[in-house]
Amino acid sequence: MVLWEIGIRYPEYLEEPDRSLIMAILELKGVTKDFGGLRAVDNVSFKVQEGEIFGLIGPNGAGKTTIFNLIHNVYTPTSGDIIFAGRSIKGLKTHQICRLGIARTFQIVKPLGRLSVLDNVAVSAFLRTDNVRDAKTLAQEVLNFTGLTSVAHMPAKGLPIGIRKRLEIARALATQPRLLLLDETSAGLNPTELEEAIALIKKIREKGITILIIEHIMKVIMSISDRIHAINFGVTIAEGPPEMVAKDPKVIEAYLGEAYA
Amino acid sequence: MQVFIQTVASGILIGGVYALIGLGMTLIMGVMGIINLAHGQLMMVAMYITFVLFSYFGIDPYICIFVTMPLLFLIGILIQKYLLNPLLKVESILPENQVLMTVGIGMVLTEIARFIFTSNYVSIKTPYAAKAIFIKNISLNLPMCIAFLIAVFFTLLLFWFLLKTDTGRAIRATAQDKEAALIMGINTPKITYLTFGIGSALVALAGTILLPIYYLFPDIGGPFTLKAFVITILGGLGSTIGAIVGGIILGIAESLGATYVAMGYREAIGFVIFVLVLIFLPGGIKSITKV
Amino acid sequence: MKSIKIPILILLFIAFPLIIRSDYYLHLMIIALMWVTVGTAWNLLAGYTGQVSFGHAIFFGTGAYTAGLLASKLKISAWWGMLLGGPCAIIIAAFVGWVCFRLRGPYFALATLAGGEIIRLVAVNWESLTKGMVGILLMPTFKSKLPYYYIALGIAILAMLKVHFLMKTKYGYWFLAIREDQDAAEAIGINTSLYKNISLLVSAFFTGTAGAFYTNYMGFIDPSVVFSLHYISIMTILVVIVGGVATTFGPAIGAFIMVGVQELFRSSIFGLAPKWVSQAHALAFGLLVVFVIMFMANGIVGDWHKISRIFRRAR
Repeated sequence: MVLWEIGIRYPEYLEEPDRSLIMAILELKGVTKDFGGLRAVDNVSFKVQEGEIFGLIGPNGAGKTTIFNLIHNVYTPTSGDIIFAGRSIKGLKTHQICRLGIARTFQIVKPLGRLSVLDNVAVSAFLRTDNVRDAKTLAQEVLNFTGLTSVAHMPAKGLPIGIRKRLEIARALATQPRLLLLDETSAGLNPTELEEAIALIKKIREKGITILIIEHIMKVIMSISDRIHAINFGVTIAEGPPEMVAKDPKVIEAYLGEAYA
Repeated sequence: MQVFIQTVASGILIGGVYALIGLGMTLIMGVMGIINLAHGQLMMVAMYITFVLFSYFGIDPYICIFVTMPLLFLIGILIQKYLLNPLLKVESILPENQVLMTVGIGMVLTEIARFIFTSNYVSIKTPYAAKAIFIKNISLNLPMCIAFLIAVFFTLLLFWFLLKTDTGRAIRATAQDKEAALIMGINTPKITYLTFGIGSALVALAGTILLPIYYLFPDIGGPFTLKAFVITILGGLGSTIGAIVGGIILGIAESLGATYVAMGYREAIGFVIFVLVLIFLPGGIKSITKV
Repeated sequence: MKSIKIPILILLFIAFPLIIRSDYYLHLMIIALMWVTVGTAWNLLAGYTGQVSFGHAIFFGTGAYTAGLLASKLKISAWWGMLLGGPCAIIIAAFVGWVCFRLRGPYFALATLAGGEIIRLVAVNWESLTKGMVGILLMPTFKSKLPYYYIALGIAILAMLKVHFLMKTKYGYWFLAIREDQDAAEAIGINTSLYKNISLLVSAFFTGTAGAFYTNYMGFIDPSVVFSLHYISIMTILVVIVGGVATTFGPAIGAFIMVGVQELFRSSIFGLAPKWVSQAHALAFGLLVVFVIMFMANGIVGDWHKISRIFRRAR
């Protein structure tokens, strides 16, 4: 059994990585995805270092969520490879990828509506344990961590968007991932909720979980990312530290008209 | 070889009529996203109306079209408006309520028919029923040929309607994206009534022109509903061209099956196709072409 | 408080045949108990896992014919069918799951419906195996209905216990997750394919066992009865919907109501109404479907607050 507060412990079947050998926890190598005639992702490559917060930005329709879908094998890449912790995960089933340690949130949140908030998170907790009590304990800890204890027993359906977004994150966290894919978890939040969201993401990083984050709200992504990868029309246009990417002329051009929030 | 061409030919003829049945169902499926399991029963209603008109008033089935189509069109609208649309607002754990409702409607229609007409098989004898026309060495049953031509005519009419008229385009828009259509000012509830009405009218037409060739009894709805479903799955859900192709394929397959395998298994052919499609080509024909 | 009600209820059921000594009512109870089993089984797959099967006749009929064929072909007592009916249904279910779970929602429903019709046609036409529409006739083992009642009661209680406790485990949580959002479930590590099939297999097992029981009890089966779309598959759905989907007692309540209503019509309200009422029982069945879907989609248990409000207003 793993008690979350003690610290991240990897499931037994995933060998403790030799950090000297593995340079990047996640690597996309020349990933391309075609939908019929449309090339949604075009030869995108990047490496995400373990423990960093890696931002993915780009205008609407640039292909960012598609990249998440490719990592989680909702779609399979037309060409290229995706390497996680040193092994290729291309073609593995979504639930297998989650088991290996990549969890994701959905841009349009998908709560398990008729279940309570606690049960929502317990469902994910069952990934690492068969015992009902352990799963509930872990779920409770995750709720504490994400500040959802007050709504633990309310059905997920009627809750406000800010809470549902946090639930989405909580549910992903309960699978005890090594890499967390956050898809626009700050969209639609008011300024207070935004501060809380940023604080939560930083807390997650402190736990040792690597974060790959898609975000539109510049304030969020600029302030927390270690590095940023910018894409437009499925093609990489810039990569580097936030200040550098923010000044990149191609990035500014892509966002022409989009105010720096 | 002769037998083969003969079989395929009659398969195509009946396939044309099947296409009408499939078109009705695929329209309803595309626009409302519901599977109408009362489809065959609506056809049965049209057939009984035709039977009564012919037996008691001597009206030729092909004239009856002008009665059954508008009548079933109306019935379709009423069903959609009062029985199906209200379900959209009901909050329930099982989302298949609309499908279940159509099952109930189908049962009610069947039993009412049984009440009025009993379970006996009936058929009509038109003066030209046994006549055939000959092309080279192939004999084609005359009523079937007429049925086929009428089917083709109305199919073309339907396509003209869907492609060229505003209402038709509204229907296609609603089928593609209901919410977007609503935002664009299309009266979506009205479109759903209209579509169900058109679907019912099409299947009424099919029933009316099939009556001279077929026999009639209250339970005839079931097999035809299943045929409609097989055609729709085969052609690809929501695809009109697919429904036509599917109908013809089913017609030919049944014909071949009846000739070369056994009469009893004729109904089973449809199911075999269905299972094969499910296993090997779940998207239907639509998914391998770009229609 | 609830924990006292249930043992009392069980005791009442056990005592029932000793209090009401009527073969007619005993027969109704046995049939109702059989539907409790089938309804509970279907509820696991549809109510809890969200996969609405319109073809549960497949499993019922398979169980029924397992028992029937063992008796008629191999001259083995049909009671072995009771033990084998479930496992045979599981084998068929594995195939059904493999084919049908590619589809979702209403399309899955239709696939199972078609499946039911296919197997019915096979049973009708493959006369060398099943004797087709002639059916299979057996000598019932017991003269009295009493043993059948207790067997039916036993199976029903077992089914309800199994489903109830299964839902409290990890399986239960994962079934619900699949029902609520299959894609989300997959993304949090649930092998949705596997678990849908597990739910299906358990459901098929109990349904098949009920079918085998039917053969033993009625002594006669034919494809139009045990593979019937309307009187097995749709009936199952109605039983659960009327009682309350995704509740422990919903299917049980629904079973008794549906058997009661059916009998009401078949007997023309126990002989009080004119003869044609019994002819119309199929029509009544159809109207009932329409009515229930329209007004009571969550069943008696689910819509209890609505129903009690009606009664309160009537005072």
